Amino acid sequence: MTSPPSVISFNGVNQTFTRDDGATVSALENLSFEIGKHEFVAVLGPSGCGKSTLLRLTAGLVFPTGGDVSIYGAKVTEPRDDIGIVFQRPTLLPWFDVLGNVTFPFRHKYGRVTQAEKDRAHDLLKLVGLEEFAKARVEQLSGGMQQRVGIARALLLDPDILLMDEPFSALDALSRDEMSFELLRIWTERPKTVLFITHSIPEAVLLADRIIVMTPRPGAVREVLQVELPRPRSFDSLSDPRFNALANHIRSRLFTRQAV
Amino acid sequence: MERAARRALGLLNRFAPALAFIGLLILWEVGCRVFKVPTFLLPTPSMIVAGAREQTFAIWGTHLWATVRVALMGYLAAICVSIPLAVALTSSKLLARTLYPMIVVVHSTPIVAIAPIIVVTLGASDLPRVVITFLITFFPIVVTTTTGLLSTPEELIELSRSLRADRSREMLNIRLPYALPYIFSALKISTTLAVVGAVVAEFVAAEQGLGYFIQFATSFFKINQSFVALILLVTTSLAFFQFIGLLQRILAPWSLPKSER
Ligand SMILES: Nc1ncnc2c1ncn2[C@@H]1O[C@H](COP(=O)(O)OP(=O)(O)OP(=O)(O)O)[C@@H](O)[C@H]1O
Ligand SMILES: [Mg+2]
Repeated sequence: MTSPPSVISFNGVNQTFTRDDGATVSALENLSFEIGKHEFVAVLGPSGCGKSTLLRLTAGLVFPTGGDVSIYGAKVTEPRDDIGIVFQRPTLLPWFDVLGNVTFPFRHKYGRVTQAEKDRAHDLLKLVGLEEFAKARVEQLSGGMQQRVGIARALLLDPDILLMDEPFSALDALSRDEMSFELLRIWTERPKTVLFITHSIPEAVLLADRIIVMTPRPGAVREVLQVELPRPRSFDSLSDPRFNALANHIRSRLFTRQAV
Repeated sequence: MERAARRALGLLNRFAPALAFIGLLILWEVGCRVFKVPTFLLPTPSMIVAGAREQTFAIWGTHLWATVRVALMGYLAAICVSIPLAVALTSSKLLARTLYPMIVVVHSTPIVAIAPIIVVTLGASDLPRVVITFLITFFPIVVTTTTGLLSTPEELIELSRSLRADRSREMLNIRLPYALPYIFSALKISTTLAVVGAVVAEFVAAEQGLGYFIQFATSFFKINQSFVALILLVTTSLAFFQFIGLLQRILAPWSLPKSER
C-alpha cells in the first residue's frame, strides 16, 4: 500500500514544561502519528494528557523539547498562514459586530480590511448559517452562534488545516449535536485537514475518519482507530451498531488501567 | 382604581430621591431655627443661599476655575503617565519587577504629609498642586489598567501569535481594547480623587481655589460661604464623573456594564 504524503506528522515528540517552581512536567512522551490530506482526525484522551499541547505544537505556538512536528514535510518553526484555530471558548471581541469579528484576523495581520475580505466574511457567515447576523452585537448571540462565528473567523484566511480544541464542549447537549452536524456539512463543502480535540467519545466517533486515543499524562498514543461509518453521517449514524461498538470499545480502553 | 394607585407609586418612585432631599433641607432649616444652633457652627440652608450672594459671581468663578484647572491637569497627567506605565508593566516581566515596588512605595507615602515638601521644592505656581493631584490620582489607574491588560483571554493572545502579528499590534488591537472597561472604571474613580488632590494641595499652599477659599472663609467664621464652596466642589466632582461616563457611552458603549446600557 502506498501511503499518500501526510499533512501533519508528529515524529517521536516529547514535550516537557518547566513550572514556575522549577519542577518539570512531562506533557507528551514519544508521540508519533500522521494525518493525511483532508482527513478528519479526532484526538481523544483524559484531561491533562496533553491534547491542547499537541494542538499548540501543530500551530507553531510551542516547540517540542524532543522529536519534531512537520507540516507538508516541513518542520514547524513558526505559526503558518495555512492553519486556522477554533478554541474551546469562542472568545470573540465585544467591540466588533459579528462581521468585524470574522474579518478580525485579516485586520490584525494586515492592519486594514479590504472589501474583498468583507465579501469573503459574508460568504463564510452564510456558510455557518449566520448571514442575517452580520451586524449583530456579539453578546446578543447564543453560545452555539458565537462558536459558529469562531469557526467562520478560523476559516477567513482559507486555511488548509483546521485545528479545533474542544470547540463544542462549552455548549449544551442539543446545540452540541447540532453543531457536530453543522461542522460535517461545512467540512464537506470546504474540505480541510481537521485535527479535532475532544473529551467526548460519541462526538469523536460521529465526526472523525480516525480517532487517536491517548494515554494519561504523559500523553502518548494508546491506539489509533479507523471509524468505519459511511459518510455522509446523520442522526441515523448514531443508531448504527458500528457506532455503539466503536464507542464501547474506546470506553473500555480509556477506563482500563493496564497498559495496552 | 388599581391603575391610579400604581401610577401614584410610580411617581413616588421617580421623585423619591428629590423629595427626600427637600425634606432633609426643610428639617435642617427648621431644626437649626428651633434649637437656635449658632450660625458659625452650622448655617441653615437659607443662610448658605445668602452666603452665595455675599461674593460676586466673578470671585466664585475664579476660585472654581483655579481648582478645576489643577484637578484637570493633574488628572490628565495621571492618565498620560499611568496608561503607558501599565502597558510597560505588562509588556516586560523585568520592568514589572523593577518598577512595581517603586510604584507601591510612592502610593504608600501619605501624599498629604509630603505635600508641604513638594510645595517648597517646586515653588509657587500651579506645578506643585498639579504634582500633588497627580500623585493622588495615578495609582488606581495604573493598578486597574494593569489588571485589565492582564485579563485578556489566553486564546486571543494565541490567535494573535498564530497570525504572526507583533507585540505592538497585540497590545493595540487586543489587550488595550479588552482593558477598556477596567480603564474607564479607573478613570471614574479617579475623578473624585483628582478633586480631592487639588483641594489638599490648596490647603497647603494657594492664593486661589475652592480649597483655599474654604480655609480662608472658615478662619473668618464665614461658615455659610465655606458651605457654598463645598457645594461647588461636590458639583464639580459629580460633573466630572458624569462626563467620563458620557465619554464611555459615546466612545465605547460595549464596555459599559450590562445594567447601564
Ligand atoms: N505552559 C505550560 N507550562 C507548564 N505546564 C504546562 C503548560 N502547558 C501545559 N502544561 C501541562 O501539561 C499538561 C498537559 O496540558 P494540556 O493543556 O495539553 O492538557 P489537555 O489534554 O488539553 O487537558 P484538558 O483536557 O483539561 O484541556 C498539564 O499537566 C499541564 O499542566
Ligand atoms: Mg485542553
